[in-house]
Amino acid sequence: MNLFSKLYYKSRKYWKAIQLYLVIAGPGLVVMVADNDAGGITTYAATGAKYGYNLIWFLLILIPVAYYVQEMTVRLGAVTKRGHAEAIFDGFGAFWGWFSLIDLMIVDWLTLVTEFIGMTAALLIFGVPAWVTVLGVVALMGTIVLNGRYWTWEKIALLFCALNLIYIPGAFMVKPSVPDILKNGLVPNFPGGFNGELFFFLMANIGTTIAPWMLFFQQSAVVDKGMLEKDIPWGKFDTLLGSTVTVVVAIFIVVVTGTVLKGVDIDSASQAAEQLLRTNHYVGTFMAIGLFDAGLLGAICISLASSWAFGEIFGWAHSLNRKIKEAPWFYACYFFTLITAGLVVLIPGAPLVLITLFVQVVAVTLLPAALVFLILLLNDRKRMGEYCNSLAENLIGGFIVVSIVILSTLYGISVMFPRLFQ
Amino acid sequence: MASRIYRLVRKIREINERYSTPHIEMSRGVKISLMALRVYLLLLVGLIVYKFVLILG
Repeated sequence: MNLFSKLYYKSRKYWKAIQLYLVIAGPGLVVMVADNDAGGITTYAATGAKYGYNLIWFLLILIPVAYYVQEMTVRLGAVTKRGHAEAIFDGFGAFWGWFSLIDLMIVDWLTLVTEFIGMTAALLIFGVPAWVTVLGVVALMGTIVLNGRYWTWEKIALLFCALNLIYIPGAFMVKPSVPDILKNGLVPNFPGGFNGELFFFLMANIGTTIAPWMLFFQQSAVVDKGMLEKDIPWGKFDTLLGSTVTVVVAIFIVVVTGTVLKGVDIDSASQAAEQLLRTNHYVGTFMAIGLFDAGLLGAICISLASSWAFGEIFGWAHSLNRKIKEAPWFYACYFFTLITAGLVVLIPGAPLVLITLFVQVVAVTLLPAALVFLILLLNDRKRMGEYCNSLAENLIGGFIVVSIVILSTLYGISVMFPRLFQ
Repeated sequence: MASRIYRLVRKIREINERYSTPHIEMSRGVKISLMALRVYLLLLVGLIVYKFVLILG
């Protein structure tokens, strides 16, 4: 009897913990899975096609990298109750504030265009015209935000996060060699030696894992959700779970293309999906659905990141908990970025490849600044109190930030001057 | 339209005034970090401009 009662109380305790997590879950999981956006899927697909399973070990390293950077936004948001843009304005003054805000606006808008490129390309495989996709996506995203609750928006976003797992059954269907994955994938190695091309791929994978909009988005989401200091441990767990899920999904994409398309040069995820369709109809379909979902999830988050940031600075009502009449500027900003980005994709002969490359270059100008500000704000003992960075956190965070700054800068330079690393 | 632009300019001025003083303690580490960031951004923007000149050329 004693054993049963103990088991009962233990299971109740765990169930309560799960229930509590489900209430807190959201910002970390959504932002990390949304990080596997259209550009991210292309990078992972190309990595698998180029190097097979050999860079899986490198993707695993990105779990702590993404976690340590993003968990800082949880603490900053929960303690200061301010979004990242407002925190930069307040901490470093108007000059750095405007720089970050305008840079964020440009990067977000350009990234949003790339999400539309991914979504239209994915549905084009099924014969859906681009204009139908753009119209459908704008209508769907409008419906999601206009119901007037952060909670509902977040749960719908989580549903799309779950769809991102579609790559996992796809990887099992191509019947990869598990011993090969373990032998080649988990032992650190540089296939073909450490050359310029490999370096470019490593940098691209880092570049897709940490993006500037993610810092702004997660901190604003933490504030909009109303997370408090006591929720920080759950917020950290949410972020860790998110970073693990995002890398696991990335690994499964690498496994799919590494098994079926090894040696094929991949320029876009839609091209990978088309190639896969020829060998395995279901896997190709999964790839295309996954690409559309990735673009949609990215678009859902990125368009909000800008609207939140502008709302914080201009003092507009900026919450998904507000109706359109209560926060007209917040929703106007949201729809403006969404519709204009969608329209760009429909322009005949629009320089879409140039836009995709330009995103990576402009993102590099914002990312180091946002990361440096993040570390400095987390060391502001006056505001952060006991949630201030410890020495260990500073050493780990500092090392990650310096590494990301160096690698993302080199990545940006290599995009501008491709011959430099050959 | 003109009154809207005027209101926007007034709002931007208000924001500049509100955030005119940085609230973070300007220790030596913070000052060095911000200076390094300025240099870094100048170099990067210079590179981007150079690239665009090359493209245009």
